[in-house]
Amino acid sequence: MSMVPTLLSVEGLTKSYGGVHAVRGVAFELRAGEILALIGPNGAGKSTCFDMLNGQNIPDSGRIRVLGAETTGKKPRVIWRMGVGRTFQIAATFPTMTVRENVQVALVSHGQHLFNLWASTARHAREEAGRLLDLVGMGAYAERPCGELAYGDVKRLELAIALANQPKLLLMDEPTAGMAPRERVELMRLTARIAREQSIGVLFTEHDMDVVFEHADRILVLNRGTLIAEGSPEEVRGNAQVRAIYLGEGLLYDARHREGASA
Amino acid sequence: MAFYVVQFLTGLASAASLFLVASGLSIIFGVTRIVNFAHGAFYMLGAYVAFTLTERFSSAFGFWGGIVVAALAVAAIGVLVEMVLLRRIYHSPELFQLLATFGLTLMVEDLVVLIWGPDDLVGRRAPGFKGAIDFFGQNIPSYDLFLIVLGPVVLGVLWLLFQRTRWGVLVRAATQDRDMVAALGVNQKWLFTSVFALGVFLAALGGALQIPRDAVNHAMDLRVIVEVFVVVVIGGLGSIIGAFVAAVLVSELNAFGILIFPKISIILVFLVMAVVLIVRPWGLFGKPEAPARRTPGLTVNPWRPLTTNERLAAIAVLVVAAALPFVAGNYLLTVGSEIAIFVIFAVSLHFLMSVGGLASFGHAAYFGLGAYGVALLAKMAGLPMIACLLLGPLLGLLGAAVFGFFAVQLSGVYFAMLTLAFAQIVWSIAFQWVSVTGGDNGILGVWPSSWAASPSHFYWLSLGIAALAVVILRIIVFSPFGFALRATRDSPLRSEAVGINGKRIQWTAFVIAGTVAGLAGALFAYLKGSVFPDNMGISLSVDALVMVLLGGVETVSGAVVGAIVYKALNIWLVSQTDLSKLVLGGFVVLIVVAFPKGIVGTLEAFMHRRRKSSSSASSPLLTSRIESAE
Repeated sequence: MSMVPTLLSVEGLTKSYGGVHAVRGVAFELRAGEILALIGPNGAGKSTCFDMLNGQNIPDSGRIRVLGAETTGKKPRVIWRMGVGRTFQIAATFPTMTVRENVQVALVSHGQHLFNLWASTARHAREEAGRLLDLVGMGAYAERPCGELAYGDVKRLELAIALANQPKLLLMDEPTAGMAPRERVELMRLTARIAREQSIGVLFTEHDMDVVFEHADRILVLNRGTLIAEGSPEEVRGNAQVRAIYLGEGLLYDARHREGASA
Repeated sequence: MAFYVVQFLTGLASAASLFLVASGLSIIFGVTRIVNFAHGAFYMLGAYVAFTLTERFSSAFGFWGGIVVAALAVAAIGVLVEMVLLRRIYHSPELFQLLATFGLTLMVEDLVVLIWGPDDLVGRRAPGFKGAIDFFGQNIPSYDLFLIVLGPVVLGVLWLLFQRTRWGVLVRAATQDRDMVAALGVNQKWLFTSVFALGVFLAALGGALQIPRDAVNHAMDLRVIVEVFVVVVIGGLGSIIGAFVAAVLVSELNAFGILIFPKISIILVFLVMAVVLIVRPWGLFGKPEAPARRTPGLTVNPWRPLTTNERLAAIAVLVVAAALPFVAGNYLLTVGSEIAIFVIFAVSLHFLMSVGGLASFGHAAYFGLGAYGVALLAKMAGLPMIACLLLGPLLGLLGAAVFGFFAVQLSGVYFAMLTLAFAQIVWSIAFQWVSVTGGDNGILGVWPSSWAASPSHFYWLSLGIAALAVVILRIIVFSPFGFALRATRDSPLRSEAVGINGKRIQWTAFVIAGTVAGLAGALFAYLKGSVFPDNMGISLSVDALVMVLLGGVETVSGAVVGAIVYKALNIWLVSQTDLSKLVLGGFVVLIVVAFPKGIVGTLEAFMHRRRKSSSSASSPLLTSRIESAE
């Protein structure tokens, strides 16, 4: 139907712990350049789902393919080499290195130079690291120690690291957790811009419904381990079952009011 | 058949004492998260105190009372240690905790010799259990049967204590979540102290109960601590059941291993431990640990290569050092060579610890393997010195490749315990395989070729190789590999997520460090003209750790300074006092408590602060953040 290739395809993903189905038969697809949000109440199976996608958890059954290649049950480092970048709920960077060195490590790894004992890392991919930092607006901080950065800047740096292998797919686990409201908007705008420009597919989980409805092209709603709704923000917002789950939280109404106000 | 049954029962009897000590270690670790290296020292103290008491009061009541009182007395000493020392280091990185309790062990070893003398003491037999029982023509000491019953009884009592008492519930709660227990208003301080007292009591009881079976001597602490480490690695740290099962397993393996490899039965235990580590890295009954705290504190200023000026300064220092033979006599030159060799050894461990975040407590194994490699090549194959120096360290490489493979599967305290156990295994092979290594007599007559024989030539050779080693390791630190290694240390999660195979990187680093240590050992063999099992002993491993710590764990090459200062001090100290272990142990404890950044680290922090305060006018906010981070 469309010329845009399928980037990520998930079929029948299932995981249970001692008889409790954490995730059951989850299936969806993600196209290049698309931003897909995975939402659901606490305990819905978002994290389990996400961990299986990035290789930290092995599914009981089901298949995960990235650009047609099987990634099910592979280690995170292998999945990264297949073109999947990722960020963590609590940003994971290398605190004893400078900002530029953080990105250089990822570039060294991407270039398969990890076992080079002799070259100087300082000169390795210096410009490329600078370009990535400029891309996320961290160029001015390149020589600063990473351990000194404010948390919002650490998140941007992490994004630059995640982009170092020119990923086709970006997995972001609660990208705006722990950030100030203004930083959240900036980070998600930045992510969306990069995704469109480089036609990267983005899958993210998120608790903040403002972020979800403002930035996602499509939304998957997970409840008790199964997908209960899937569609555009408009469709998901109108879904009675989703409303029932979120009723009382008031989040969906908030989002509508916001959008109405800005329109 | 009867023989095997008796062998089995002997194994069970040995397991009782081992279980007591291991369960004490596990209980302490569970709550305080400290691996108490001094546990073997408390075990030994229990045996010595019990020896004195049972000699003094020889009635049946006196004997059994003496054993219990000895354990209680040692537990009281434990309480004192906990309050004075451990309370200061609960929040320190685990490396420092291991080192501090190790320093304590060294001190106790000298104190014990001071009080009870260096000779083995043979205790009296237990009243009521003096005889033996005939089992199809084989004798079983009735005391062994007592111990066989005692083990499960203690296990049961501990179980009741933890399940049925309020204190036990608190301990179990603290094992799961210390902070939550504190938030509920429990007085953490006394909970920790009482847990430590119980753990020490068990260790001392284990030691005291050994006196009817074994002579008491001042080396029993290290022997038992290595076995206990093996037990908790197999059983899982923090699990009492695990300690019991693993103690039985290890003791039986020892009992039957002796029939298979009479000289080196520990190899069988090692093989079992290797299998357990591959299948269940956290032990049979243990739980996977949350990722350990990073060994050094957070370094705020990232490492950088030397500037041109600093390079020139380093070369100037090297030139001055090279001029030593023109002013110094032969004795000083020999001291200089020894210091240069220990610089090599220290920087190899520093590379592993600081860059790799892997604190090895058995690094001397690879030093010793290099030394033995040279000695065997020179004496048996009659190779010339150059060939020996090049090939000898390969034995260190080989050892590091084999042991390192297993060791890097673990991290933090498990890594430290495992490397120590490996080093003890290598040591006992050197000690017991007399036909090849000469055992305690070592290998003598390893002399350098004539071109390197004079003290000044040998000094230049050592100095040159030391400078080369430092430069090469520095290059590696700033190479892509060095960055990958630091990345793995900084954040295992992130490095895995950018395609870095952390275990392989760490394994490679372990092999590099082992090879460089082997090179140091090779030179050392030529310096001394001989090799002995002590060239791979625990105290040498600790020497290296102290050098690194003294120089500064968080620095790039602090170990160079640490090695020079420490070795010079050590050589001077040994010539001044017989109680070098006591002084050394006290020194280690002092550094950990008062001086954790080391010489170079402290200097760097000082320079850093000065530089920052001169530029603070532009960004006061930033400076305050740095300081609070420090």
